[in-house]
Order: sequence, then structure tokens, then C-alpha cells
Amino acid sequence: MESKHLIELVDVSKDYNGDVALEHVNLYINDGEFLTLLGPSGCGKTTLLRCIAGFITPSSGMIKMNGVDIAKVPPHKREINTVFQKYALFPHLNVHDNIAFGLKIKKTPKPVIEEKVEKMLKLVNLEGYGRRWIDQLSGGQQQRVAIARALVNEPKVLLLDEPLGALDLKLRQEMQVELKRMQRQLGITFIYVTHDQEEALTMSDTIVVMKDGVIQQIGKPTDIYNEPKNPFVADFIGESNIVPGLMLEDYKVRMNGVVYRCVDAGFGRNVEVDAVVRPEDIDIIPIEKARVIGTVASVVFMGVHYEICVDCGGYEWIVHTTDFAPVGSRVGIQILPDAIHIMKKTRANNIFDAEVWPSDGAIYIDDVAFPCEGLDDYENKEIAIVRIAPENVRLVAPQDAKLTGSVKACMFLGTHYEITISCEENDWIAHSDDFMEDGEEVGILVDRDKMELTKKEAEDSEEEAETTETVTREE
Amino acid sequence: MKRKYFAYPYIVWMILFIVVPMIFIFYYAFNVNGTWTFRKCWETLTDVQKWRVLLVSVEIALGTTAICLLLGYPIAYILSNMKKSVAGFISALFFVPMWMNFVLRTYAWSAIIEYAIPDLFNMTRSMTATSTGRTIAVLLVLVYDFLPFMVLPLYNTLSKLDKSLLEASRDLGANGKTTFFRVVLPLSIPGIVSGITMVFVPAITAFTVPALIGNGNYSLYGNVIDDAFKINPEYSIGSTLSIILLVFVLISTLIMNHFDTDKEGGSIL
Repeated sequence: MESKHLIELVDVSKDYNGDVALEHVNLYINDGEFLTLLGPSGCGKTTLLRCIAGFITPSSGMIKMNGVDIAKVPPHKREINTVFQKYALFPHLNVHDNIAFGLKIKKTPKPVIEEKVEKMLKLVNLEGYGRRWIDQLSGGQQQRVAIARALVNEPKVLLLDEPLGALDLKLRQEMQVELKRMQRQLGITFIYVTHDQEEALTMSDTIVVMKDGVIQQIGKPTDIYNEPKNPFVADFIGESNIVPGLMLEDYKVRMNGVVYRCVDAGFGRNVEVDAVVRPEDIDIIPIEKARVIGTVASVVFMGVHYEICVDCGGYEWIVHTTDFAPVGSRVGIQILPDAIHIMKKTRANNIFDAEVWPSDGAIYIDDVAFPCEGLDDYENKEIAIVRIAPENVRLVAPQDAKLTGSVKACMFLGTHYEITISCEENDWIAHSDDFMEDGEEVGILVDRDKMELTKKEAEDSEEEAETTETVTREE
Repeated sequence: MKRKYFAYPYIVWMILFIVVPMIFIFYYAFNVNGTWTFRKCWETLTDVQKWRVLLVSVEIALGTTAICLLLGYPIAYILSNMKKSVAGFISALFFVPMWMNFVLRTYAWSAIIEYAIPDLFNMTRSMTATSTGRTIAVLLVLVYDFLPFMVLPLYNTLSKLDKSLLEASRDLGANGKTTFFRVVLPLSIPGIVSGITMVFVPAITAFTVPALIGNGNYSLYGNVIDDAFKINPEYSIGSTLSIILLVFVLISTLIMNHFDTDKEGGSIL
């Protein structure tokens, strides 16, 4: 089995003076596959790519290539080449010499260089451009030269760091098809970094979705789209309705007070879950045939379809349909069983280290005192672990609280928004009824009876079990 | 197009202080006491002694430029790789001496060489000074004076160098040394060219430094021209020497521009 995995990342972590960029990444990459690292900016995808390229040495963990750890091998000794985000073509060399750069360093005989460069120019459709200077080329042509310059070295792996980001839409789509063609033709492993989910879905054999340095899901494009593992993936890959639900029994889920039949099983009885329904999987039907009836709140024409927002009294469905329904009209909603995808509820919890001061009747989180109950078992200055449920974190105006932070992410979960707030040391997760802008300053309050303290030693083993639960890929 | 009027003051300035003096130089070169003649000019051109001094001047200027380049490149390279704030502070330290008058600095050096440092090379300690000692002393002070003019353009060029190019080079299999010679060095040529020009031209025309450091016993081409006008005034000889130097500087600048194949076309001349 081992030999099939060209590259294997074992427990790779990277932090910059305490700022975590990658957290326990485990991933293997098969020979000849097109793998995409997908995620929003700052999710660690580029850091991971640069670790594989050799520009960053991971803080811990192994990067194996053909079973050999290369984590500390300098980039020029790796059989890996990179297509850089802004191409990084040499301005003092012409197209031919740019492509020949790697071969000349390897002291390849001249006739071989000529032959290979010609072949590459042909592959990237730039025959006859060898004598041109880099600044005489368009963005798309520069892109092709960058690809040719990397591929001519016949690397085992080609790394591409958002290579199409600077191109316009039409050119980007053309290049997507062309990149895929080259990859098939040459049989080289491509590792592709992008934040564009459409690009990822179009080209990849495998997609790795990342967030905050942690892999969220690994799978085929169809699996990622149809069966997202958590609300983040569902939200990031395409538009979706993410609704909290109750799994009554196998194949039966209750969402927004209505029981639907679904195709998922194995969650147990009466278990809280998250359900994903893609907007294009919801049908608008005449009201007399419908169980669920709502009022059209807004209609936006999107080119191929209309995006209709249907208000069903207290909750909304976003529907993509080719049928027009005017604002204010009453419509029926139909969701078929196979349109509903059930996800295990990811209970994001706030778990922090806190300094306990029973004499003050308070605990310190992020260097801020929180009055707390039940501190009798603790000694002053003892470090304990505190758990606070997101719904118990109260968000107030910055001047009304001692602890303030800035909003890092805001995600709609059907009935409420899940807000991530970045404070001095910790990231807090809170629930809110209102949307919050990224970067907004908020104050954080927690009631004295809503904090759950545990002794440090007792917690350690459990903690361990939680963090080692990482995402792996299924065959 | 009214904006061209703003250029008029400079044009007047240029005519008064560049074009007119040039006309004077040419006039005096071929006119001795009111009569047009090539005699003095020819005498000067065939004076082997003067050509020897020019040769020494060129050698000194080349030496200054070479030493400045060898010292300045590593400094500029290290500075360009530092954090901007740190680099700014260090380069400020570097340029602080430039705030002081050039002649004052040279005087200071002449005192340092004469009294403060042991006379290792018999540099200028008046009586015992040898010509080698004086040459070393003049070189030392010229390098000191002109080093910032080498570092500044190099630092500018190197700090604008796209760091991803270095990564690309290493990614394509080049180690640090190869990356330097194949990427960093070729891309810093514009900086090298303007650095060389900014050091070589003033160094070849230098006359304060040899005059002060050599205690009047050391002559470069600038001093010879100075003598021709002041010691025994023969304006035609001085003017001819000036023209020769001018042609020399012109040629060297043209050569440098040839290396700086910047496609934008904005060359120094």
C-alpha cells in the first residue's frame, strides 16, 4: 500500500511564534492524481504547499516522498516544481531561457535542452514565442511559460499556488481545461491551491477542504459537494441551506418543525443533527400540493436561474429554480428525500485554560477576570479547564465588557449565526441572531453559572482523544 | 502645453553655467593670446608626462570603483534582506557622514592619517611619505567618500528584487550560489551600472582629495588641470587637458550605458 502514496504528510504542524498555521495535518497523495487544497484565505493551504515545496520547514511532523522524510531537504534537492502565484518568471531572460533555466543548472547537453524546450512550448501552445521577453507576453501567456518552466524538469509533483487568480474569467476557464489536459497527458501529480470552489470542483480528482490550519474534509468533488461533513464545508462549497434538525429515527428528520423523509441512517433516535439542502434541490410547487407553504421574500435573476428566498414564517429557504415567482406570492416548497444530507452535529465548544482565583471568586481567561461559582476545590493560581457553550457567550458592545475581540468569521446556520471572535489568546465561538461584519469589535460576557470547570489532570486524557480525531480520506 | 515654461529657468541656468563655460574651454584651447593656433594644443596632446598622470588617475578611479563595488555590494545585499525599519536605521548611520561637508571630511582624514593612525604604509607623514603610501592614502579616502554613492543605487535595486524569483530559482534546482550568479547578479546590473558611474566619474575628476591628502605632493589629473590654470597660467594647456578628460568621461559613460540594457531606455546620458 505504501508505494502507491507518492507523498505522505504525517502529523504536520506549523506555527509562527505561537500563531498556528497548520495543525496536525495528515494526508497522503497518490501518484498521478490531481489534488486540490481548498479553503478561504488564511486557512493554511499555501503554507501546506510551501512545506511540500520546501520553502517552509514544518514545526513538527514528517513529509514523506516515496517513503523518505524530506521535511528538512532544501527545495533545490526535491523532485518537485512549483508554479508561483505571480508566476515569478525571470525578467532578465527570454521565454526560451526561462524554460531552460532548470535544465541548464542540471548541466543538460544543449541539443537535449533545445528539444525539451521546443516540446514544452508546443505543450503549452506557445510555439515560436521562445525569443520573446517576459514583459511582451500577456498574463495568460506568462502563466503558460511558468507552467512550461516547471514541467520541463519532469518533476514527480507539480505544485500550483493559485495560478489562475490573476486571469479573467474566460481565460481562467480555458486554462482550467488545459491544465487538466496537461495533467492527464503527462501523468504527473498536481497539487493545486485555490480558494475558488468552482475551480476545485471542475479540475480535481480529490479535494482537501481546509479551515484554520485543519483539514475539514477530504474526498472526490461529488462527495464533497453532495455529502459535506460539516456546516463549514457545506457553506464553502456552493450555496446551501444549513438547518439544525432532529433525527427522529433512521430515514426521518425533523427540520423547522416539519418531518421529512431522508436517505441517511445510523445516527440513532432523537439525535440533534445539521441538515444541508442545496438550493437547486428544492422545488417550488403549487400550494395545493404542498406541505410547506411560504411567501416569496426576494427574487434575484442569476443568469441561468432565479435565486428565490422563501419565507416560511420564522425561517427561510433559498431556492434556485428556472421558474419565476413574483415577490409576495404564496408558493409551496418540496424537498425530496435524496435532497437532504444529514451531518453529525459539530458542537463547537469553547474550551480554554483558565487561571483560578478562589479568593477573588473569579477565573481569568485571556487575562480578564470572570466571576465564577464552585471554586472551592481549587487553589489560588491553579490552572483549570473551562468549558463554555457557544449559546452562553453573550456578545455586547465593546465598552460594556472587560474582554473584547474582533469578529473573525460569521456563518449562518439556519436559525442563528455562529460567530468566531478572536481575542488576545483564544478564539471564542458564540451564537448570535444578527449578522456581524468581519473585524467588528465586540465585548464578551459570560454569566457566573454558565461556566463548567474541570481539573487539569483529569481532563488531559480526554483532551488528547479530542484533538487526535483528524480527518482521513476514504478509498 | 504651457507647462514647458517651467523648464525655462533651468534652460537659462544650463546655458549660463554649462554651455557658455564649454565654449570658453574650447575657445582657450585653440586661442593663445588672441591668435588662433593648434600649437599649444598639440604640445599638450604629445606631452607624455600628462598622459602618465591620466593613466594613474584612471587606475586610481578604477581601483576606487572596484573597492567600492566589492565592499558596497555585500552591504547593500545584506541591507536589502533586512526588515525595512532595521535597514533604514543602519543605512541612515551609513549616510550620516554625508551630511558633513566633503572638504571638511577630507581634512579630517588628512589629520587622521597624519597623526591618529600608526604610519604603517608610510602614507603621508610628511617627510617619510612614499608615493605608494600616498596612493594608498588617496585610495582610502576616495573609497570612504564615494562608498555611499555605490551602496545607495545597489540597495535600491536589490530591495526591489522580487523575492519570489529567488524561490523560483531554488525551486528549479539552483543552490544559493547559483541563484546569486544567475538571478540576483544579472537583475542588479542597473544598480551596479549607476553605482559605478556615480563613483568612477567623480573619482577620475577628483582633485580635492589628492591635494589635501598628498599635502600638495600628489597629483592626479584634476590637480594637473588646476596647476595649468593657477601655478603658471597657461589657459590653452588647461583647456586642452579639460577636453581630454571630458572625452574620457564621455567614453566611459557610453561603455557603462551599453551594459545597462534597460529596455525602458532611460539611460544616464
